[in-house]
Amino acid sequence: MAVAVPTFVNVGERTNVTGSARFRKLITEGDYAEAVSVARQQVENGAQVIDVNMDEGLLDSVEAMTVFLRMIAGEPDVARVPVMIDSSKWEVIEAGLQNVQGKAIVNSISLKEGEEQFREHAEKCLAYGAAVVVMAFDETGQADTADRKFEICERAYRILVDEIGFPPEDIIFDPNIFAVATGIEEHNNYAVDFIEATKRIRENLPGCHVSGGLSNISFSFRGNEPVRRAMHSVFLYHAIKAGMDMGIVNAGQLDIYDDIDEELRELVEDVILNRRDDATDRLLETAERYRGQGGGTAKERDLSWREAAVGDRIRHALVHGINEFIVEDTEEARQQFDRPLHVIEGPLMDGMNVVGDLFGDGKMFLPQVVKSARVMKQAVAHLIPFMEEEKEAAGEEQSSNGRIVLATVKGDVHDIGKNIVGVVLQCNGYDVIDLGVMVPCEKILETARKEKADVIGLSGLITPSLDEMVFVASEMERKQIEIPLLIGGATTSPAHTAVKIDPAISVAPVIHVLDASRAVGVVSKLLSDSRDDYARDVRADLARIRERRLAARSSKKRVPLAEARRKGWDCDWSQYTPPRPNWTGVKTFEPDVATLVDYIDWTPFFFTWEMKGSYPAIFDDPNRGEAARSLFDDAQAMLKQIVDEGLLKPRAVCGFWPANRNGDDVVLYTDDSRTTVLDRFYGLRQQAAKSNDRPHLSQFDFLAPEGNEDWIGGFAVTAGDNPDVLAAFEKAKDDYSAIMFKALSDRLAEAAAEWLHEQVRKHHWGYAPDEAHSKRELMEEAYAGIRPAPGYPSQPDHTEKVTLFKLLDAPENAGISLTNSFAMMPASSVSGVYLSHPDSHYFAVGRIERDQVEDYAARKGWTVEECERMLAPILDYAPGAESAA
Amino acid sequence: MTSGERVEALAALGRERVLILDGAMGTQIQDLKLDEEGYRGERFADWPSAIKGNNDILNLTTPDAVKAIHKAYFEAGSDIVETNTFSATSIAQADYGMQELAPEIAREGARLAREAADAIEAETGTPRGVAGAIGPTNKTLSISPDVNDPGFRDIDFETIRKAYHEQAAAMAEHVDFFLIETVFDTLNAKAAIKALLDLKAETGIDRPIMISGTITDRSGRTLSGQTAEAFWYSVRHARPWAVGLNCALGAEEMRPYIAEIARVADTRIITYPNAGLPNDMGEYDETPDETSGFVGEWARSGLVNILGGCCGTTPEHIRAIAESVKGAKPRRPARRERAMRLSGLEPFELSA
Repeated sequence: MAVAVPTFVNVGERTNVTGSARFRKLITEGDYAEAVSVARQQVENGAQVIDVNMDEGLLDSVEAMTVFLRMIAGEPDVARVPVMIDSSKWEVIEAGLQNVQGKAIVNSISLKEGEEQFREHAEKCLAYGAAVVVMAFDETGQADTADRKFEICERAYRILVDEIGFPPEDIIFDPNIFAVATGIEEHNNYAVDFIEATKRIRENLPGCHVSGGLSNISFSFRGNEPVRRAMHSVFLYHAIKAGMDMGIVNAGQLDIYDDIDEELRELVEDVILNRRDDATDRLLETAERYRGQGGGTAKERDLSWREAAVGDRIRHALVHGINEFIVEDTEEARQQFDRPLHVIEGPLMDGMNVVGDLFGDGKMFLPQVVKSARVMKQAVAHLIPFMEEEKEAAGEEQSSNGRIVLATVKGDVHDIGKNIVGVVLQCNGYDVIDLGVMVPCEKILETARKEKADVIGLSGLITPSLDEMVFVASEMERKQIEIPLLIGGATTSPAHTAVKIDPAISVAPVIHVLDASRAVGVVSKLLSDSRDDYARDVRADLARIRERRLAARSSKKRVPLAEARRKGWDCDWSQYTPPRPNWTGVKTFEPDVATLVDYIDWTPFFFTWEMKGSYPAIFDDPNRGEAARSLFDDAQAMLKQIVDEGLLKPRAVCGFWPANRNGDDVVLYTDDSRTTVLDRFYGLRQQAAKSNDRPHLSQFDFLAPEGNEDWIGGFAVTAGDNPDVLAAFEKAKDDYSAIMFKALSDRLAEAAAEWLHEQVRKHHWGYAPDEAHSKRELMEEAYAGIRPAPGYPSQPDHTEKVTLFKLLDAPENAGISLTNSFAMMPASSVSGVYLSHPDSHYFAVGRIERDQVEDYAARKGWTVEECERMLAPILDYAPGAESAA
Repeated sequence: MTSGERVEALAALGRERVLILDGAMGTQIQDLKLDEEGYRGERFADWPSAIKGNNDILNLTTPDAVKAIHKAYFEAGSDIVETNTFSATSIAQADYGMQELAPEIAREGARLAREAADAIEAETGTPRGVAGAIGPTNKTLSISPDVNDPGFRDIDFETIRKAYHEQAAAMAEHVDFFLIETVFDTLNAKAAIKALLDLKAETGIDRPIMISGTITDRSGRTLSGQTAEAFWYSVRHARPWAVGLNCALGAEEMRPYIAEIARVADTRIITYPNAGLPNDMGEYDETPDETSGFVGEWARSGLVNILGGCCGTTPEHIRAIAESVKGAKPRRPARRERAMRLSGLEPFELSA
């Protein structure tokens, strides 16, 4: 046999609900599309196999495994690699095996429940066609010493290979990686035991492989990344030499063995190889010095490009987004050219074309393009007075590629995405008229008519905005305004566009635009000679989506509301006493920005800029890392400015009230006597049929029913806003800074919510006074209790905010008000309720049936039609249609 | 001759020369120019829906015609013919409301081929095999029928597995092999494999399995997105008697993918291309000489063990193919180092 090249297979671990809080959250909330992108990132980052684990107590793991594997089956970027189906429950593994077309790895089977079950599972793996991970686990427990590890693996190997005929090359042993340096002496040899067992397995059990979950080894150094990374690298270095050829490893959590600081490596090696009795103490002593280290040296600034010709300098400035010299360079160019317009048509457009090409090829990212646009705008602003002068002299009109009217619809205040679309369109030579936020329909249509717009773009983030968009479309139909309509924003979707907006308008095409990078392509097609063909294609696509949508509605079984209620979540309330808050009523807070900065979750910040990747791993991305770092540096600079100059004044209000569950709702009382009702919150319940006995959740199931003492909390926080700062940016033609300011305001609002929730758990409600979570764990929601927001998946009804705001007197106490569509102003605000039960968790109500809509309408005092309009996105039927149809 | 002996005899023959499979069933049935009444026969004269196009029902309504087609292929030189049971599952028959009849269609289809084989075997003294054809059904386990809901499926593994189990149990008595064919979604094929392995475990009926995938176009992928090599790793646990490709492509287009499987598969290679690509009218017009010219080269290059034809091929094509492979040495199974070989859409390997 030829000498095998030593190889090590890296199994991606992020699609594991037990290991990744983010993934768990996405799965429990039913956001499978985003969960798939977690898998995609792993494959992009070099995972050769992806581990999928859905073992979470409150999750329907069979269903989650099934749906997730089916989702990734349709994603070539993900499905190209094999799957490791990871579960401690055989039914989940079998569900996995029934949903992968490739040859997968089962993780895991073991002798834990005896030989008979082990054989049965192994035989099924053979029939489904899968390799297996075999844990070093037998009837007496998990193996810890090298001898036990090897003995169990050998016994398993004999059964598999000799008795069942399992191919030895499809067996992967996992001899258990346990934490070392825990302070418990018996643990000191765990790494050595693993390495030694690995060696014996590979030498004596031919053909098989050895794998392990790496992160366990460094468990006692949680929070100290540099030391953990060093431990992982050193351990792997030795384990691979011994024959470990596969591992569940976060590639971002590894250093190159030779690059580890020599002192640290020595100390870590003492621990891993158990070379001295005081190894743990010595590493602990030194570990603190390494905490928080890593990456980011200041780069020497290179100004050699300043020596090039002016045209090249302008192009360089545009491509690199440097605005420092643009006015002087533009002026120099203006003096060289005959007319100021030639500067635009020449070097400036050349530069922007390069930017456009790089963006189109995926070599530049949105924040860089917005920076380039800032440079362009400032250059153009410098030239405009000269052009005006010239125009006056000659009396001619400027031409553009086309004119687009953009607006965030009435009732909605969110505009970051819309602004980005505007900038990208301007970069491409379109004339953009941005009407801002909360724009009434009449104003949009009036402007479009007066300005002879070629395209109208509508944006919105909250659910009621969808209705407003339908209204705008129907008004265009009524007034016969034949201008193509673009739809974009977080809650919009191709499905909604197809089912609701498109049927409302026949005089012009409606196009859903997924993100800013698509906007230019769509607009240029709409304005090209072949626009009629394009419009026809779009219409046909929407019609297809509509048909499928209607056909798919009944695909998933729903249960009647009464049955769902019977199968709600409950616990033995006689065994559980809800914690009493330290005070009741309402209090206000003014956290300072400097405090909140530590609570910022940066990953969504990068999403805002259409740079998908999680923080801080995004910095290591070979393509986007540099752009991400630069964006992050700019964000830090602006945060510092916000703190130093006091540009934002965050405010917060929270309250607690005695409360009890009442059906799907919750009743709040004025005081502890629980005699006078203060108000009610209403809840919605899951109706999707479940394949096992998982509960049909409603948000308030986690509250004790009458006869027990329980409480509910509520809060509203805002980062505040600063129109003067934004006006200044606008005046300076600095979209980049304006968008940055708003994006940071959003992050600060979320950070304020996170901060306040921690204060609540530790002090105000005080049920977790000793809680000590790292910031990262906070982001991952590792704490007890939740803070669901009205309008989000656990309670999709936005109107519940009205009750919340009344109870908190949020306009007075925090300066936050609601629009007629229940959007919060300032836009950078967060509100929600607090639930304290340790088992409370986020979930998605999902689609509901007519019976619940009728019941909910009756409880809220609405007509059924009103209710259907408010809950339109989650209806599992077409309103108006006969239920029997 | 028992089925086991016959398989042994064919295996021995297959070490000497390339074995010959049959050609298209559908094309021959088209030549019968049956109308709706022809399909219905007496038995289904009052069937509530149209059944024209349900070729497998002919096993019940015009059994003699089906048997005559098998006979024509044996006479043209086929060592093995496929039963007329491509759609004889409850799932595929549901299109005609005939799901209840699926086992009967499968059983009769197997019996007709067996009778034709036995007759020619008695006449010529050479072993003639019957492969029970197991088609892909009209459902896909790996692809959502709704583009907007990629997690949705209109069928599940267990339902397909049961349907295949029923079909295989009905055919088992009369067939020498099972042939899982025209695999455009490997997960469907894995359900069929599971069904056959379960049948074996439950009843002891052990017929060698052959598996033939379908590369749908020149991207070199199955409809469900796998490369030919990844497909092989996905089905290798069936320990098939032969593996290969059929349908969708003509011989000329299929060659690189057959070469890809031949390079890695440690079993026999079976392949039966269409008579070229369809013309504008959806007809196949590659002549017997042309088809046999392509596949004759495969045999001489040592790529294949079993050759036949799919859509558009006729007994004349089979006769020409049998002629063209005379003297060619059959392929030897690939010998490979031991390694763990897995797959997603693409192959994965970790040496042992």
